[in-house]
Amino acid sequence: MSDLDLGALLDDPETSVIVCCGAGGVGKTTTAAALALHAAERGRHVVVLTIDPARRLAQALGLEELDNTPRPVASVDTSAGGSLDAMMLDMKRTFDEVVLTHADPETAQQILDNSIYQALSSSFAGTQEYMAMERLGQLRHQADAEGTWDLIVVDTPPSRSALDFLDAPTRLGSFLDGRFIRLISAPARAGGRVGARALGVGMSLAAATIGKLLGKQFMLDVSTFVAAMDTVFGGFRARADETYALLQAPGTRFVVVAAPERDALREAGYFVQRLARDQMPLAGLVLNRVAVSRARISADRARDAAEALEEAGDRHTAAVLRVHADHAEVAARHRRLIRDTAAAYPRLATVQVPLAGADIADLPALRDVAAALTTP
Amino acid sequence: MTTAREPRAVAWHGTNGAPRLHIVTGKGGTGKTTVAAALATALAGEGRRVLLVETEERQGISQVLDVAPLGTEETEVATGLDGGAVWGLSIEAGAALVEYLRLFYRLGMAGDLLQKMGAIEFATTIAPGVRDVLIGGKIYESVRRTTAGRAPGARRGRDPDAPPAYDAVVLDAPPTGRIGRFLDVTGQLADLAKVGPIRNQADAIRGLLHSGTTVVHVVTLLEQLPVQETLDAVRDLAADGLRIGAIVVNQARDDSVRSTVDVVATQEPDPARMGPQLESVGIRTTPAMLEGLALTAAEAVERRDLELSLEDAVAGAGRPVLTLPHLPEGVGPDAVWRLAAELADQGVRP
Repeated sequence: MSDLDLGALLDDPETSVIVCCGAGGVGKTTTAAALALHAAERGRHVVVLTIDPARRLAQALGLEELDNTPRPVASVDTSAGGSLDAMMLDMKRTFDEVVLTHADPETAQQILDNSIYQALSSSFAGTQEYMAMERLGQLRHQADAEGTWDLIVVDTPPSRSALDFLDAPTRLGSFLDGRFIRLISAPARAGGRVGARALGVGMSLAAATIGKLLGKQFMLDVSTFVAAMDTVFGGFRARADETYALLQAPGTRFVVVAAPERDALREAGYFVQRLARDQMPLAGLVLNRVAVSRARISADRARDAAEALEEAGDRHTAAVLRVHADHAEVAARHRRLIRDTAAAYPRLATVQVPLAGADIADLPALRDVAAALTTP
Repeated sequence: MTTAREPRAVAWHGTNGAPRLHIVTGKGGTGKTTVAAALATALAGEGRRVLLVETEERQGISQVLDVAPLGTEETEVATGLDGGAVWGLSIEAGAALVEYLRLFYRLGMAGDLLQKMGAIEFATTIAPGVRDVLIGGKIYESVRRTTAGRAPGARRGRDPDAPPAYDAVVLDAPPTGRIGRFLDVTGQLADLAKVGPIRNQADAIRGLLHSGTTVVHVVTLLEQLPVQETLDAVRDLAADGLRIGAIVVNQARDDSVRSTVDVVATQEPDPARMGPQLESVGIRTTPAMLEGLALTAAEAVERRDLELSLEDAVAGAGRPVLTLPHLPEGVGPDAVWRLAAELADQGVRP
């Protein structure tokens, strides 16, 4: 494994988008925020899009509420001429804005009022991932048009699998462009072109059964929804593909974040393979919260010495040694896991961030994380 | 339920009923599948049958118990703590819909056809709440089924006196972020399916979830975010009229570690004093090493203080707390068995 030099990546003016990915709970949001802060204080104009930041991190960034608009972060050191804006994704609002921008007012209202749209925009599995990509697209557009930012750092939704971020938009797109939904939403068109007989008894039976199950009104809503969305986007899949292609644009780099745990590392491995397959530019892997032993005494040796000290009556020094022994064991486990990952992915660049005691609640703490991230 | 302290011992699940449906939720990554498996194992006492169910097609149960991937047929997956049996089931909404259509619409083989047409995927994906009703329906049926073999409500073999087919059903439920929506089966259907069998089924499921038969247990770690999500979930679910059972603190450090840190916390580690002491038991010290030891010790104390305050926060929810140890060697059937024994030691009874 080689060293991942994130400092150089952030300084490179060619780098315009950084996407932080990884399974849930590995510190993606913190990593994204730390990278953004570092770049801003090195003189870049940065916006960071967070998805679901922990309360205290959100406060540190001045994100008091869900607000789809980037706002300047206070207390950033701007002496190098940079700036930092932060925002939290509001997926429903992003979806609404997409509709409002692309449809005439009447069609837009029709879509916004539709019950299928309402369900889709607030709860469909994958909408959050899709909207994160949409919002990234919008920010990029704004950055190009207004010159507001020269670097966008994106956090991804907290899903079980990092792959969800890449898969959800296309899944949503191909589902909405699926055979069945096309049939029931545009029976006249389909019938006119293909002919009811060619569709076969099977399809009619299927449509009738599902119609009975879900009710006439629902089927009508689906039909209205798909028709309206069609006039706006000319097919969902095309839209999703376009959004996806943004991730392959030059200047985009992926940073995969993982904690030194078996499941998280396995997840990160899948993701690395997938990025390679889709020819998406991977910067490297951030190993977050790695325990590092701070004294060269093996766990066994420390425990033996602790026992001797207890016998001699120094319980305090003995306890310090025992705490070290426990920590050294965790550190050894992390080392083994990281070594196994290195063996499996010899060309993967990595950087380690040591385990910190408390959670990240202010900009100085974020700067510490950034310092570790940018020290290869 | 009353908030006043009652003199008698409170049951491990903290409710005065005899729950048979145990819903296990928690923030992602807290180990709720492992805890659900351990709970099922602990509840499978002598001669008892417990059904362990997952709903998100993750095959988490088969991974944790190291058995073949679960299908839509119930299969025996483990032996209970006291010789009972744990059965496993992975509920898949599509299969549930096909079964449902067969039952209520007498569709017979047409289910396969619907599957091929994409109709099943359509119905279970786009219609808000339908998926949850279908999954809820399977859970409802497994809780209500009797040893007479048929689901209540089915025409054949109905015997109200027959004992239940499963003594308990343990659900590895969606994580805290989605659990409220998942359990609010009828609310989700509000704009849809106002009448008809789907609606009736949703009402029946709601009745079961809000009865004394059901409790929701929440799994957490002693970390800021999981505890916050746990407290939020406990509050929100209780406000929805659901009964909250225990809060399970998972992957806790064992007591010996805690008491060691307690000793460390009694005084500031002083490198000048520690050096000679360490040398006296044969450890060659350097200033950097002594600094390192002091820093590690200080962090352990900081970590303990955070854990203590989080423990207080968890206790403040007013629910029984079950604590399970951290198992560094990872999870597997042996670990599940060990955690089940821990649960039993802490009062978990069938």
